[in-house]
Amino acid sequence: MNVPITVTINGTAYTRDVEPRQLLVHFLRETLNLTGTHIGCDTSSCGACTIMLNGQTVKSCTLLAAQADGAEIMTVEGLATDGKLHPIQEGFWQEHGLQCGFCTPGMMMAGVQILKNNPNPTEEEIRHGLEGNFCRCTGYHNIVKSIQYAAKKSAAM
Amino acid sequence: MSTVVGKPIRRVEDKRFITGQGRYTDDIKLHGMTYAVIIRSPYAHARIKSIDASAALKIKGVVAVFTGKDIEADGMGGIPTGWQVNLINGETMREPKHPILCTDKVRHVGDGVAVVIAEDLAIAEDAAELVQVNYEPLPAVAQVRDALAANAPKVHDELPDNLAFDWNIGDKEKTDAAFATAHHVTTLEFYNQRLVPNAIEPRSAIGHYEEGRDFYTLYTSTQNPHLIRLLMSAFVLQLPEHKVRVVGSDVGGGFGSKIFHYAEEALVTWASKKIKRPIKWTAARSESFVTDAHGRDHQTTVSMAFDKDGKILGLRGHTIAGMGAYLSTFAPAVPTYLHGTLLQGLYTTPAIYYKVDAVFTHTTAVDAYRGAGRPEATYLLERLMDTAAREMKIDPAELRFKNFIPPFDGVTQPGYQTQVALQYDSGNYAPTLHKALEIIDYKNFRKRQEEARKNGKFIGIGFSTFVEACGIAPSAVVGSLGARAGLYESAIVRVQPTGKVSVYTGSHSHGQGHETTFAQIVADSFGIPMEDVEIVHGDTEQIPFGMGTYGSRSLAVGGSAIMKSIDKIKEKGAKIAAHLLEANEADLVFAEGKWTVKGTDKSIPFQQVALTAYVPHNYPAGLEPGLDFSSFYDPLNFTFPFGAHIAEVEVEAETGEVKVTRYVSVDDVGTIINPMIVEGQLHGGIAQGIGQALYEGAFYDESGQLLQGTYMDYTMPRADNLPMFEHSTTVTPCPHNPLGAKGAGEAGTIASTPTIVNAIVDALSHLGVSNLEMPCTPARVWSAIQTAKGN
Ligand code: FES
Ligand code: FES
Repeated sequence: MNVPITVTINGTAYTRDVEPRQLLVHFLRETLNLTGTHIGCDTSSCGACTIMLNGQTVKSCTLLAAQADGAEIMTVEGLATDGKLHPIQEGFWQEHGLQCGFCTPGMMMAGVQILKNNPNPTEEEIRHGLEGNFCRCTGYHNIVKSIQYAAKKSAAM
Repeated sequence: MSTVVGKPIRRVEDKRFITGQGRYTDDIKLHGMTYAVIIRSPYAHARIKSIDASAALKIKGVVAVFTGKDIEADGMGGIPTGWQVNLINGETMREPKHPILCTDKVRHVGDGVAVVIAEDLAIAEDAAELVQVNYEPLPAVAQVRDALAANAPKVHDELPDNLAFDWNIGDKEKTDAAFATAHHVTTLEFYNQRLVPNAIEPRSAIGHYEEGRDFYTLYTSTQNPHLIRLLMSAFVLQLPEHKVRVVGSDVGGGFGSKIFHYAEEALVTWASKKIKRPIKWTAARSESFVTDAHGRDHQTTVSMAFDKDGKILGLRGHTIAGMGAYLSTFAPAVPTYLHGTLLQGLYTTPAIYYKVDAVFTHTTAVDAYRGAGRPEATYLLERLMDTAAREMKIDPAELRFKNFIPPFDGVTQPGYQTQVALQYDSGNYAPTLHKALEIIDYKNFRKRQEEARKNGKFIGIGFSTFVEACGIAPSAVVGSLGARAGLYESAIVRVQPTGKVSVYTGSHSHGQGHETTFAQIVADSFGIPMEDVEIVHGDTEQIPFGMGTYGSRSLAVGGSAIMKSIDKIKEKGAKIAAHLLEANEADLVFAEGKWTVKGTDKSIPFQQVALTAYVPHNYPAGLEPGLDFSSFYDPLNFTFPFGAHIAEVEVEAETGEVKVTRYVSVDDVGTIINPMIVEGQLHGGIAQGIGQALYEGAFYDESGQLLQGTYMDYTMPRADNLPMFEHSTTVTPCPHNPLGAKGAGEAGTIASTPTIVNAIVDALSHLGVSNLEMPCTPARVWSAIQTAKGN
C-alpha cells in the first residue's frame, strides 16, 4: 500500500505516492531524479546524503520518504539562488574544498548547518561540525578553509 | 610567457559538483533499465551444493536470475590478471581462474554466486532473499602468515599450495657479506595491515546491450575505461572491441580500487544481452568492503646493517604478501616491482637483497591502493631509520643526512643507478629535510619534549624521507617486468575552426582536476584563455586509447602526450602562418597567441590560422587541411618524486590516545602546473596515510570473516582527527618529460604512515617502547605504555 506525501523541495511542492519503506534519499534520487544527493554507505555513517529538512541537517538515508510528508527540504540543487552561488558553494570552489566531489553536497550542507549554529566558528568547531561526514579525498584541510571562507563571505553580506 | 601555468587556478570542473550536477554512474538512468543484486557468499570457503532460485523467480517484477553455470555455459572466461611474475625457479605464475560468479566453490566472504535482476532495486533485494544457496562450509586460511603452513587449507585445489609466486631482487651474497661486517644491525618485524580504499562513491556499473546495433555500452566507476574494455572484451566476454564502449563519467574517488576490472562489470554487460535491457548494479557499502580490492597485507621481517659511523651497509628482508583469494588486475606487481625496486629509498645503501612470497588466502583480493608497494617500502625503510637512530644514539635527521644520495640533476649528471634495478631521474634530497626541520623548528623540539615529559606529557617527533616511482612507465621496461599491457598515454588535441580547442585525453580524472591542469597547459601553449579549452576524458568512443590514471602518472605521462600533440599543431600552424604572412617559416616565432615574423610587427593570430586550416582557400600547396593531432607518449623512465615529512604527536598517557599536533611536508614533485591541486593531493594522501597509522585496518578472524566490514567498524579519519597540514615544496624538474613533472598523487600516503608511527614511538621511547603495531589505536598504545612500565 503506497502512501501519498507532499514535500516541498528547493521551493517546489511534489506530491507522490511512495512505498512506505522507501528511504528519503531514494525518493530524492530515484523518484525525483535529484541525484545531487549521494549515497555512500548503508550504516548512516558517511554523510554523503545530508540534506536540510525543515532547516536542520539530516542524513536522508536515515529517514523514510513518508516521514518527510509536509516537510520543507533543501538539497544541493537548491543552494544557489537565481544563478548566484551560495557562500558555501563559493567557499568550496575558492578554497579547493572538493576533489572527486562525491562527498561535497553533504559536506556543504553540513557547512551550512555549522554556520547556522554559529556564524563565526573556530577551526575546532568546524571540525566538530563535520564529524558526521566522510571525505576520502581532501584530508578535510581545505573543507575547513572553505567553511571559514563562507563564514567571512556571509558576514560581509 | 606563462599566464596560467604554475598558478593556483580554481578548478573548472567544480561548478558541476558544487551545484549537484556531477554525473556519477549511479546517477545514470537508461530507458528500460533493470537493477541487479548479487548474492554473495557469507562463508570464506565453502562448496556450493545447490542454488534454488524458483521462489525468487515467482516474485512480480523479477526479470531473471543467473548463476555461474549460466555464464560458464556461454563459454565466458574468468577475470584476468594484467601482470605476470614468475617464480624464482622459473615456474609460471600460478594464476587460478577468477570466475565472474562461482560455480563449484566460494573462496572469500563476498564471492558472488548468483545475480537477481528486477524492475527495481527493492524487488531485486526482496527476491535475492529468497534464493536458496546450499553451502558446505570448509576450513579457511585468512592470515598471510599461516598461508604457507603445511596443513593450511588450500584456496585453489588445483595448486600444490597457497603460493602464487615467489620473487627476489638484489644480490644476496653481497648483502650477507655486508651484514657480516656490520657494526650495528637493526631488525624489525611487523604486519603492514590490510586496508580498504573506501572511495566514498561505491562502485557502480551499468551494462547496456543494443540488439539493433549489436553493440555493448558499459558505464562504470573506473579509473581507466580503455583497460576495462580491453580486458573485458578480449579476455572475459570475448567481444569484438569495436562493438564495446566503456564510459567512466564522473567517478567519486578511486585511490587504486577502481583501476581493476571487476566481475560485476563483465556480469552486467553479459547479462544485458541475455535480457536485452540495461542493467544497473551499485555496491552497497557493506558489499564494497568485501569486493573492492584491498591494499597492503604484508607480513615483514627486515634488517638494516650499519658501520660504526652510521653509514648504511646493507638491507635485507622478507615479506609474505597477501594476494587474497584471486590475482586481481595489477596485484602481482605491487609487492614486487612497486615495492622491492623501491628499497634503495634515497640512501646510498650499497647492498640489498629482498625476497617476497605472494600467497593466496580466503580473503578479498588485494591490489594497488594509493601508493601500491611504495608505502610498504617506505614504511619499512623509515621505521628502520628512526629505530636505528635511537639504537645507535644518532639523531634521526643526522642519520638521514649521512646516508642521502648526493644531488644529481639527470642532465649534466647521470641518473642514479640503484641496487634494485631502477635508475632515478633526478634528485636533491637534503634540501627537503633541511626545509622541513626548519619549518617544524626541530632545534627547539628536544627541549620542549624534555619539559613536557617532566610534566607527565608525552610528545614525539617522527621523520620520513622518501623517494617514490611514479609516472608508470616505459612500456618496454614494464613489459620485461611482466606487465601484459603498455603504459603509454594518448591524446588528441583538436583545434576547432574558430580556434577553440578540444582535448581528448586517455588519462582519467576522478578528483585530480585534469579538466583544469590540462587546460592550463593547453591555454598557455597556444596563448588562448582557459575558457577556450575543453578537456574530454573517460569515454572509449571519444578517446583514441588510454591507460588511465594511477601511479601518479596523469600529468607526467598523459600531460606529455598532450604536449606532443601541441607541438605537432604548432609545427603545422607555422606552415600555414608562413604562407599567410608570405614569410619564411624559419623567420616566425610563436608567442602570445600569434605567429610573428621576427623583427617585424607582421603577425597572424592562432585563431586565424585555425580558420584557414579548415577553410583552406589561400593555403600552402600540398598541406592537408585541418588542425588536429593525435599522439601517443611512452615515457623514457619512471619519474621519482621525493620529500621529507615530519610530524609531531601528543600521546595521552592515561588513555593511549594519539593526537597529531603538527604535520609538515616538504615535497618535490618536479615542475608544478597548479600548486593548489598539488597541495590538495598531498593533503588527501597524508590523511590516508595517517588513517593507516592510527585508525584503519581490515582484519579477518580465523574463519575468514572480515571484522571491519562497515563504516561503524572500519574507522577512517574524520575532520576532527586531523590537524591543518603545513606544506612546502622544492622543485627538481624531471629531466625526461616535456613538462618536467613528476607526479603528486601518492606522495602523501607513502610518507605519512611511518612519519606518524615514528613520532608515537619517539614520544614513548623514554619508557622503552620501540615498536608498535598499526593501527596505533588507544588500546594498543596504552598497552604498550603499560608493558613498558612493567604493569
Ligand atoms: S548514505 Fe551514508 S550517511 Fe547516508
Ligand atoms: S571530495 Fe572526494 S570524497 Fe570528498
